[in-house]
Amino acid sequence: MGTTADGKKLNYLNWEKGLWSWWMTIDHKRLGLMYLASILIFFFLGGAAALAILMELFTPEADTLVFGDDAQTLTPQQLDTEAKSNYNTAFTLHGVIMIFLFIVPGIPATLGNFLLPLMVGAKDVAFPKLNRHSFWVYTLGSFIALLAVFQGIDTGWTFYAPYSIQENGYGVILMTFAAFILGFSSIMTGVNFLVTIHKMRAPGLTWDKLPLFVWSMYATSILQVVATPIVGITLLLLIAENIFGIGVFDPAVGGDPVLFEHLFWFYSHPVVYIMILPAMGIVSEIIPVFSRKPIFGYTSIVFASVGIAAIALLVWGHHMFVAGMSNMARYIFSFLTFFVAVPTAIKVFNWICTMYKGSIHWDTPMLYAMSFVFLFMIAGTTGIHLATLATDAHYHDTYFVVAHFHYTIQGGAVIGLVAGLHYWFPKMFGKMYNQPVAKLGWLILFIGFNGTFLPQFILGMEGMPRRYASYPEEFTDLHQLSTKFAMFNGLGYALVFGNLFVSIFTGKKCDANPWRALTLEWKADSPPIHENFENIPRVDEGFYGYDKEVEEEETVKGGATHGA
Amino acid sequence: MFDFFDYMPIQASTWADRVDWMNNWITDVSTICTVAITAVMLYFAIRYRAGKHSAPSSKADHNLNLEIVWTVIPSIVCVYCFYIGFDVYKEMRTPPANATEIGVTGFKWGWNFTYENGKTSSKELVVPVGEPIKLVMKSSDVLHSFFIPSMRVKEDLRGDRYSYLWFTPTITSDEQPGGVFPIFCAEYCGVNHSGMRAGLKVVSRAEYNDFIQERGAIELSPLELGAKLYNEKACITCHSLDGSKVVGPTFKGLYGANREFTEGEPAVADENYLRTSILNAGKQIVSGYQNVMPAFEGQLNDKEIDALIAFIKAQKP
Ligand code: HEC
Ligand SMILES: [Cu+2]
Ligand SMILES: [Cu+2]
Repeated sequence: MGTTADGKKLNYLNWEKGLWSWWMTIDHKRLGLMYLASILIFFFLGGAAALAILMELFTPEADTLVFGDDAQTLTPQQLDTEAKSNYNTAFTLHGVIMIFLFIVPGIPATLGNFLLPLMVGAKDVAFPKLNRHSFWVYTLGSFIALLAVFQGIDTGWTFYAPYSIQENGYGVILMTFAAFILGFSSIMTGVNFLVTIHKMRAPGLTWDKLPLFVWSMYATSILQVVATPIVGITLLLLIAENIFGIGVFDPAVGGDPVLFEHLFWFYSHPVVYIMILPAMGIVSEIIPVFSRKPIFGYTSIVFASVGIAAIALLVWGHHMFVAGMSNMARYIFSFLTFFVAVPTAIKVFNWICTMYKGSIHWDTPMLYAMSFVFLFMIAGTTGIHLATLATDAHYHDTYFVVAHFHYTIQGGAVIGLVAGLHYWFPKMFGKMYNQPVAKLGWLILFIGFNGTFLPQFILGMEGMPRRYASYPEEFTDLHQLSTKFAMFNGLGYALVFGNLFVSIFTGKKCDANPWRALTLEWKADSPPIHENFENIPRVDEGFYGYDKEVEEEETVKGGATHGA
Repeated sequence: MFDFFDYMPIQASTWADRVDWMNNWITDVSTICTVAITAVMLYFAIRYRAGKHSAPSSKADHNLNLEIVWTVIPSIVCVYCFYIGFDVYKEMRTPPANATEIGVTGFKWGWNFTYENGKTSSKELVVPVGEPIKLVMKSSDVLHSFFIPSMRVKEDLRGDRYSYLWFTPTITSDEQPGGVFPIFCAEYCGVNHSGMRAGLKVVSRAEYNDFIQERGAIELSPLELGAKLYNEKACITCHSLDGSKVVGPTFKGLYGANREFTEGEPAVADENYLRTSILNAGKQIVSGYQNVMPAFEGQLNDKEIDALIAFIKAQKP
């Protein structure tokens, strides 16, 4: 391929110049990076809202979140109301931004976009223009969502009727409209990935050789395509109710509020797996590379991914055990929910066995992958408390649930994303980040995260309800502990992302395959050329033959150690 | 078993010990598994660290027997957890026929309890110890959720139909700080959701009888009753007495003032206006406010409405 004017080799980053060329690009790698930049901006915005929440919770009274000069002139009661209503807006902002703008697009839109074509040995996704449209639509949806939340929606990210309809009617329609548009973006990405995986695999790349990250994107894409249309139905019903006064959700006009919950969770439960399956895929790639061993139980990991996706569509009712479903429905949903636990457990065992008698490199991606396993076990086992009917009656809508889903989503999906970023960073930019700083960031993050959310499990056991701006005094100590550690959590993220960002410019150049990985993306240049590969690679063997590769190298070099 | 992390609140209902037992069992098994697997992972990471141990010494990439074992054992544990949870929960969902029924209405932001003889209370739900109590619950506005941690029960209140829960208290609430077990609203319901708390007072049968028959209660003047209701029915969370605007307009100087509405003709706040406003505030929305006041229709008797009106009239400008 060509070179730039000053003689550098052309790659996807420099072959076209100017912001306009980025906005108009159909290159999956550039789109992946733009998604990454967008979701990280939202991540920090949502994180700021989280800090506001935790500041308010530092004291039992609602008294912190009052802004403006007239704060002194308010009566105590006005102050209380003001602080509470700001708190409610803050947790809504936090939830909506983190869920709909950050972690739902999350790994699929960023690393998925960047890597999927590379990993199947294709020049791009099946429909590159559709991919660009999907980004444009995401941008539009994000603006509308921000418009909606900054109007001061205070419903929480769940928008339960009839509260949402009675007090935030148009705000909620706007927000659902945003979710609908964002949903289109995810459907487009999902369809694109499915077709790419079916039709664009390199010669010789049969299904049974497909990298596990690609399999996880496959399962995720199915969920995106199947579950997302529900958002559209909900939107139409909300409009019918608000504008035409047809009773759907609001009992005041003859509607059924639990119907809204059904529709909401029919979409939002599978969404949890849209977040977490890709993270599991990333961990399944990292562990064999850094253990220099074939992945243990390839087939069972594939079946577990697809199995989780299938069961994920059948268990939404576990969010509604005390919402007023019939008793029989409660029993059945509880029973089904337990079967999500089994494939998850299988994956954990497979990862551990992959490490057995390996040759383990303690590089940053591996540290994240190992902490993922630990955090995800906590997330998964506390899910058992919530799937069990009699204990859920106590835990539902308490801090136990808050802690559980932060372990799942932050400890799982976000840590998975960060693991993936540290693993593929050299591929994306042709440079290596500062490893000691990355490891320090990991440590601070790990301590900060556990310190923030472990106390919340205890709060939940003691009966502290969620979405409370003020609380009984006996919960103060644990809330304060949580707030203090959250500062470390935030500091950790600042360090981790700061390090990556700075390394884009100042990182040491590194060769195309610094981790000596076997999947196809590592056969491309770092950073890859616009068309990914000069010649489409042929695949003769599976990608997890790390043992053989090490043996060969051993005989050639006589025991090479890994650059870290 | 070991009760590694037992922070559950005081056990005050017949099934609380069984709920806690299964909770602790699940926590213990989870903790043991998490610690064991993490320990193995760390052991592998250290024992097989590259450099110390340069080449992988195993090539195994699957092992059918092992995989069957680790599929079957978690499945059995899961079915067992389902079963124990289901077993106790079925009991929680099956109130006995002889249970004492008490009505619960949830509104923004308070509770209204109606006892079998029509007596009502708001800040405290009073129940007799040792007898099954069935709460028949409904919301008069948005969703709420009735949560009594010490009884280990929770159920949402909806506006379109009744929901229920039941429990048998095993101890009185005397020893509890404040003399009551806490009750929380657990379903987000707006600005003052976190203020939607009450107390569960568990007393002997005799004290309970005295309470519902109001034996020993002092007859209150309308003004005193109005002031009491202003607190108990949560008017206080939305209406101030000092002239400041909170969620709703202040009561100070309200009586006799001119009112303007988002729709329709202005009116003077006389007794009839106050009565309609209390029973059905949504009918006419005062300009500058939102339609968030719960309708108190059916929750206040005539004497109580008169008392509230008298109380509002007394808030002179
Ligand atoms: C959730 C908050 C809330 C609660 C609780 C509440 N109100 Fe209101 N109330 C409002 C709001 C907001 C308005 C103004 C909008 C309207 O007219 O509906 C209002 C209006 C009124 C008015 C008409 C006031 C005027 O300025 O014309 C009266 C009278 C009134 N409320 C009495 C009561 C009484 C008595 C209670 C307790 C039994 C009560 N309210 C409880 C929010 C509340
Ligand atoms: Cu779910
Ligand atoms: Cu509430």
